[in-house]
Amino acid sequence: METTTHPPKTYWKICAALMLLLALTWSIGYTDLGLFNLIVALVVAITKALLVALFFMHIKSGSRLLRLAATVGVIWLLIMLSLTLSDYFTRGWVPLNH
Amino acid sequence: METTAALTEPSQSLVAQQFDNLEQQRGAAQLGMWVFLATEVLFFGGLFLAYTVFRSLYPRDFAAASHHTEVLIGGINTAILLFSSTLMALAVRAAELRNKRTLIRLLLATALFGIAFMILKGIEYHKDWTDHLVPVLNFEWHSPNPDHAQIFFWLYFAMTGLHAIHVTVGIFVMLSLALLARTGRFTTGNYTPIEIAGLYWHFVDVVWIFLFPLLYLAGHR
Repeated sequence: METTTHPPKTYWKICAALMLLLALTWSIGYTDLGLFNLIVALVVAITKALLVALFFMHIKSGSRLLRLAATVGVIWLLIMLSLTLSDYFTRGWVPLNH
Repeated sequence: METTAALTEPSQSLVAQQFDNLEQQRGAAQLGMWVFLATEVLFFGGLFLAYTVFRSLYPRDFAAASHHTEVLIGGINTAILLFSSTLMALAVRAAELRNKRTLIRLLLATALFGIAFMILKGIEYHKDWTDHLVPVLNFEWHSPNPDHAQIFFWLYFAMTGLHAIHVTVGIFVMLSLALLARTGRFTTGNYTPIEIAGLYWHFVDVVWIFLFPLLYLAGHR
């Protein structure tokens, strides 16, 4: 029988990878890497989220339409973040005479 | 004869009248769920945005405040959710393979890990209360910039609170599905409801994947 879900072995491999990444992010949290603490934490989190979305949520084997719908949610979030932060991060660049 | 046919290929009654076939119905349900999840991304996104703005304004105070969170409970809860997501993925497979008994067990196990998460979260909130970390109600801060630390804990409670509501909903969804699965309605060809509920559970997992490093590990400990 052809299935759309993956064999259990695949899910357990992803589970092991997620646990390893959790151990990584947890241990990095106790090391002082300066700004890289945040960067590593975000890279690991994004990797974990991708693993969950691609395999558990079947985006990897999903239709183009589903991939589009999933990507659009993230793109809207990025638009919201970038537009707002472009305001906050650039305040004070131009001296205003109030 | 009719019952044999229903087992080998999806019977017409599984398909709602507005759809041509089961595959089309499944595609519509999946798309609908992903659109809902996109709105959920923005729902949580507002809080992540507030977090980003305030952390960039007060990075030192956020790091100091973050050290007062219970990283051990947060970490164990991350592992619990990751593991429960794996069980949920296996539950969808069991439903697709029409394995009723395995499906029910996996749904109950998923709900059980969700309950374990909530119990630990409750213990953690209680500790936050006795440590005087709850904004407005009993906040006490003996380091510099208590106002900034209070903003961190406002975000901590808003984000983990909203997430906890989602976990609670998920637990009830899993328990309801486990109960309904006993009738065999998900193991006779239409496993879409299990798949859709799975998408929700994985989404809640993904939110926590970001909450853990941002709230518990902001600045090295």
